[in-house]
Parts: sequence; C-alpha cells; structure tokens
Amino acid sequence: MTSRACDSCLRRTWLLGRLSGHLDVERKRIWELLELGDDALITALAGRSAPAVHAQFVAFGPDAAARARERALGRGVSLICACDPGYPGRLRELAAPPAVLHVMGGIERLLRLCGQDPVAVVGARKASAYGTGVAWSLAGDLGRSGVTVVSGMAAGVDTAAHCGALDVGAGTVAVLPGPADREYPRSSAFVHRRIVREGVTVSEIALDTPVRNWMFAARNRLIAGLSCATVVVQATARSGSLLTARAGQWLQRPIGAVPGQVTSQLSAGPNQLLADGAAMIRGAQDVLDLLYGVGSRSVVVDRRPDPTPRQALLLRAIASGLDTAGALAGADLADIRWLAELAALELAGRVRRGPGGRLSVVP
Amino acid sequence: MLARVTTFAIDGVEPRRVCVEVDIRPGLPAFTIVGLGDAAVRESRERIRSAVLNSGFEFPQRRITANLAPASLRKAGPGFDVAMALALLAASGQLPADALSHVAVFGELSLSGELRDSAGALAVAEGASRCGLRKLVVPAGRAREAALVDGIEVLGVSTLRTAVDAVTGRRLPGLPAPAVALQSPPEPDLGEVRGHAVPLLAIEIAAAGGHNLLLEGPPGTGKTMLARRLPSILPSLTRTEAIEVTRIHSVAGLHHDGLVSGRPFRAPHHTVSAAGLVGGGSTPRPGEATLAHLGVLFMDELSEFQRGAVEALRQPLEDGRVSIVRGQHALVFPTRFMLVAATNPCPCGYAGIAERCTCGEADLRRHQRRISGPLLDRIDLLVSVQRPSDAELRAGSVTDSRAALARVTEARERQRRRLAGSGASCNGEMDAGALQTRVRLDDGGQRALGDAYLSGMLSARGRHRVVRVAQTIADLDGRNTVTDVDVLLALNFRQRAGGEEVPAA
Repeated sequence: MTSRACDSCLRRTWLLGRLSGHLDVERKRIWELLELGDDALITALAGRSAPAVHAQFVAFGPDAAARARERALGRGVSLICACDPGYPGRLRELAAPPAVLHVMGGIERLLRLCGQDPVAVVGARKASAYGTGVAWSLAGDLGRSGVTVVSGMAAGVDTAAHCGALDVGAGTVAVLPGPADREYPRSSAFVHRRIVREGVTVSEIALDTPVRNWMFAARNRLIAGLSCATVVVQATARSGSLLTARAGQWLQRPIGAVPGQVTSQLSAGPNQLLADGAAMIRGAQDVLDLLYGVGSRSVVVDRRPDPTPRQALLLRAIASGLDTAGALAGADLADIRWLAELAALELAGRVRRGPGGRLSVVP
Repeated sequence: MLARVTTFAIDGVEPRRVCVEVDIRPGLPAFTIVGLGDAAVRESRERIRSAVLNSGFEFPQRRITANLAPASLRKAGPGFDVAMALALLAASGQLPADALSHVAVFGELSLSGELRDSAGALAVAEGASRCGLRKLVVPAGRAREAALVDGIEVLGVSTLRTAVDAVTGRRLPGLPAPAVALQSPPEPDLGEVRGHAVPLLAIEIAAAGGHNLLLEGPPGTGKTMLARRLPSILPSLTRTEAIEVTRIHSVAGLHHDGLVSGRPFRAPHHTVSAAGLVGGGSTPRPGEATLAHLGVLFMDELSEFQRGAVEALRQPLEDGRVSIVRGQHALVFPTRFMLVAATNPCPCGYAGIAERCTCGEADLRRHQRRISGPLLDRIDLLVSVQRPSDAELRAGSVTDSRAALARVTEARERQRRRLAGSGASCNGEMDAGALQTRVRLDDGGQRALGDAYLSGMLSARGRHRVVRVAQTIADLDGRNTVTDVDVLLALNFRQRAGGEEVPAA
C-alpha cells in the first residue's frame, strides 16, 4: 500500500467532494468545469458560500492531507497524484486529468495493466444477452491476447467485460464513479471483490464521498483516458457509453463499435458510431488490428471442442432467434434430449443464459 | 349432585380430552362456567338455558357450576354446549348419570335445542377413539365425517332431545352412511396445455420428486395456468393421508362432509400475513401452509408477498411442521406441502427483452431482493415460462395428466424403495447425507457435475439441488443410476445468480 499523493492534489480532490452537490447541478458541462483551476471552480460554483468554501480550502493543510492518506491506507486504497512521475501517461493527455488516482489492488498492478495496451469495452447497462455475450467473449479473447480490458463495472456490458477478462485469468481495470472501495452498483459487489483480487479499481473521488450523477460523466472520460482504444458494444442513442467514445475521439484515439440489429434501440449507439467512421469490431482480432495495424498480431484463440452435429443444429437455431428453451422446444427439436445438449453447450462456453432465461450464442 | 361427561377441545388441529363436570347445589339460582373458556364458552350459558327449556326439560333453579377440566387449557368455541347440557341434565336427575360414562359429546346448541354443525368433528372422533370411548354424539351433519374413524360408534343427532334418547339408548339414530370419497370437481388437466414443453417437463419432475418449483416468466404466459394443473399429476392421497387432510380442513371449517379425496391446492393472495400463512392468532388456527399439507401451496407473484410472511415459511419448509408458541403453550401444525411459486423476472415482467423492459437497475435489484434467498435455497427447480409460439398454440397437447400421473407414480415408487430408511420419502426431501449414500452417479454424471461446478455455474448448495433433480429425472426414466444426460437436463432447471448472466465467482 503506497501513498504517492502530494498535499495540493489531495486538496483538489477534497474540493471536488466539497463541491459535489454544486457540480451535480451543473453536470451538463461537467467536463468544462473540471478543467477549471481551484479558485475559478469555487467562484464558478459555490455562489454565496464561495468565501466559506475558499476559507475551508485554504485551511486544508498538510495535516488534513496526512489524515486523508492515512484513511486511504487503512482501507487498502493506494494513492498516486498527477505530480508523480509514475502517473499513467495517457491520462495526462486529458484536458482535466484527475488530481489523485485512488487505486484498490495496488499501484504497481495498475501501472502494469496500463502498460498492456488497455482497451475500453463499454456499453449499455440493460444490455441484451447478445451484448453481454459479445462483451464477455471479446474481453476474454483480449485478455488471452495480453490486452488489458478497462470498463466501468456497471451492470450489463461493463460487468460482462470485466468477468470475461477475469475468467481467462487476465487482470482488468474498473474505473468507478464513486470512491474506489465503494461497491457501486451494489449488484456488482461480487465483481468488485474479484477485480480487487486480480485487477484494480480506480477512482478520482475521495473516500466516503456519496455517489452523484456528475461522477458518471467524469468517470467516462477516465475510462477513455486510460485506454488506447474504446469499443462500444451496445448503447442506446442517449447512453453514457457514447460519452466515453466522445472522450476517446477528443483524445484522438481509435474508436470501435460492435454492430447490432438495426431494429434494436440498443444498436443505435454503436451503429451511429460505425456510420460516423468508427472501426467495425466483430471480434478481438478486429481490436488487435485497430491497435497494432492489420495482421501484426493475431488473437490467441481458445481451443473449444467442436460442437457435435446436433449441437451445431442447436447453435444455428439459437443464432436464428429461437432464444428461449421454449422456442427451441416449439421448433423441430421436439425430443426432450436436446435440453441436455443445451446444457452441454452451456458447459462448453458456447451458449449463455441471460435474464429471463434467454439464450445467446457466445461467438 | 355431580355429573361428568367427556368432550374434546381442538388444540391447533389436535384433539385434547376435556372433562365437563356439572355440579348442582342448593342456593340462589345461578349458572357459572369455569375452566378458561373464551367468550363463546361463557355465552353458552344462555344457549344451554334456552335449549334445555325449549326441549321440554327442566332448568334447575339452583346454584349450577360447570367446570371444563383441565382448567389450564384454553377452550374456544361453542363445541362444548351439548356436553354441558347433557351433564346438566344428568346432574339434575333428568338423565341417568351412567348413560354418560362411555360417551364423548361434541356440538353447538341453538336456542331451540337443535344441534348446529361445528367444525372439527373428525378430530374429536379421533380423540374419542384414542381415549377408548365407545360412543360419540355429534351433530347429524357431521356424523359421516366422524364415522371415518374406525372403532367408535357415531351417534348423529339433530336435537338435544334426540341426543338424550341416543345416550340412554331409548332410540338410536340411524347409523351414518359410510363416508365415501367426495367426487371432487374434475381438476384441470395437463392435456389442455398447448406448447410449454419445457415447463411441462419441469412440472412432471417436480411432481415425481416432490421438488419445490419456481416458475418465472413475463405476465400472461401461463405460469398460474401451469401451476393449477400440478395437483392433477400428484399421486392420490392414501386413506391415512386423506383422513389427516380432512381433519385439518374440518377444523379450519373448510370442509363439510365426507372424506377429502384430492390433494389440497392452496393459493393465498400475496397480501397474506405471516400468521395467515403459517398459522397463528390468539387462539392459534392453521395457516395456509397447514391447509396445503400433503398438497400444493402456490404463491403467485412471489416477490409481492410480505417479507415477514415469506421468511416465516422457512421452518415449515425445512421441518415439515411449524410450531407456534403462545404463552406457556406450544402448538404444532403439520406443513408437508410442495411449494410452487411464480414470479415475473422483473417488476414490469419483460426482463431480457431489452426494448420492452422498462425497469431500471434499482428496480431489478429491489425485485431480486424481495425474493428471499433462504426460500430460494429450498427450491430445486427454476423454469422460465415463455409465450408459446403460434404454431405451438395450434398444435396438439404435449402430454396429458393421466400419462404423466402414471410416470410420476412409478417414479415415486422407485424412490420409496431406494430411500427406505433414510428419513426421506422422495428425492426433494433428501438431505446432504442421503445424497451421499442413496444417489449413485456414473462416471459421465460425475464428470458433467464436476464441469458445471468448476465452470462456476453452481454453488455448493446448487450442486445438491442439481443432483436431487437429476436423480428424479433418472427415476422418471426408470433407472437408479444418474448419468451425464440426467445431470445436463437438470442443469437447465438450475437457479441463476440473480438473473445476471455472469458466472458466480
């Protein structure tokens, strides 16, 4: 556990927490606000209480900073600030790099993972089975190929991406909206524990600060900032994942998108990105081509056993849209034994069962 | 002068012997009842006075004391009226006292002297038979029910006057016709179901192995329709079981004549309280879990049930009985039922269909939290019920109840033989010990189970659930050894961690 954060950077972090409510009111232009210096930020947001906030700000001295470091140490959170030479270089390219990175899982591990050409895999919370399936296998293949997966630990695509990487034994970076030790959202608590064991969670927010809406947009710029490329899996037209993509565009880093059915709202985001010139991502190979140029590295494939003819039939049926066991039963597969084949496919990692028992083929 | 007669109080669903003593002494006219009776017992003074006079007997104008012994047992309800009236007549010399020595008396009086139906006659008859009494006087309307108990002569009478005639032997009422199993209205049949091949298989497995079942699916897909058809494929009650069910239903006042033949199907509304579900009240009454004893308890919209009510089901599910403690007194109600629950996958019901589901993440989480973890732990089978396709709706039915019942009966017989002496009567009741000793997996089965466990599909408990279900599938197929196909089939009905498709860590 290390503390590599200077007093003034800790004071900036404290200020964001102090002004959290004000920032939330102005969250439409959060990226601009975060670019402001400390004094300008207080003047712009605090209104009548500006003098009081300023006084508190000035009073935040070495003692308070030492207390903040101590508290972080006590919770197993490491700190590294922008003044430290080891601070991830890619983040510095942001217009408003975070003053202090709060890291759970160790700074060394974060830096190692950041050195493995991280790729952001982000997407909708309410993803379909297709979305989570693609995210899971994409992250798994990237992990096997030595590329770090960065995401936001939200439900749906983000969690699937983290798990995909962890399932093949690769580390992963989760950039959290709230404090680094806060299991947000609660439904992803067990993913949080897994990530802290084998990867890192990162945040720019001071410990114990309640999660507010502005933090999501602020977090999304960090996901793009840490990554060499950003891939959007599923997103509605108003999704926050598109903010991540926009931050990536601003940083002039490659953007990729996984195409989806044109009839689905969840495809609106990625399909629009594709129309605007984003790279088409059909699998991990496309991501590697995007990162290193076509043909320079190839994906490390896993050796799954070939499906039996009957399993192949099932896979085709599921891929064609018969995505529930009931629908499959209604098709020509009247023999009940195919249900066993279905579970065998699941065991082999070729089929996944999503919310409501919906099936999807794992690419 | 003092007279005694035996009657029975219903304590929960069990009969307790009560000795009614009536003593008549010279003094100012008064009628006192002692012995921890409730308001209905206190009011019986007025009923007895009018009934005695209206039946043409004399009501003694002296000091009358009636005691219901044991005095420590709380007594509720009007079922002691006739016993007290007969004891009073004996004490006042209008009836030979020895006429009451081997008789149990049970029933409520009306002011005119007629006997009214009272709930619980079967329990009383069982009590009387157990105490070695030879005759039982009950209201005529309950005679057939009481006559289900062997070894006791049931005297069904309709007035106080005929009751006196019956106990003195002056004129015996006609013996009640032997109670035949009631012809229950035909149960809904599986043959009426179109499509739903997978849920039908799950229901058959649940019935064959006595597994608890959770049906999950969007609104209007047929979850309730399927659950209502489950009793039609459960093996019929044995006579002992039928008498047990009849006794409970008779005590609860749900049943009026003859023997209950079909397995109970109870579907309490989701607003039911904990006491309504497992039994309770100041004088504890059986709850829905007890009324569903040896049948099916169906909880539709599981997530809407009050937390307390659902949690209260844990003991009944675990032990097959529930004990309710009131003050110094504990009551035990039997609760061996099959739990069938139905729920939407999310508040709007369309989880997994991204375009239709309008639930936020917080809604989903709240919904999942509402479904109690410990309860899910007792549910072996989870099946998702989806809208059948047009072709399925037009096609014929997949199976019908008669064929399914035959398969279920055979599978149950096989289990009974294999599980003899293990404390479990069906696969759903097997505990970890029985799973170890009574289930044999072949190599393929072991491998499939191990693969599923290693891949994170199953928790340790989930593994037990899958083995139980796999064993039932093998039983349905007429085999004792569990193969890989059985395990794989069973895996289809496993629970998924919160509906999130992330392998559990």
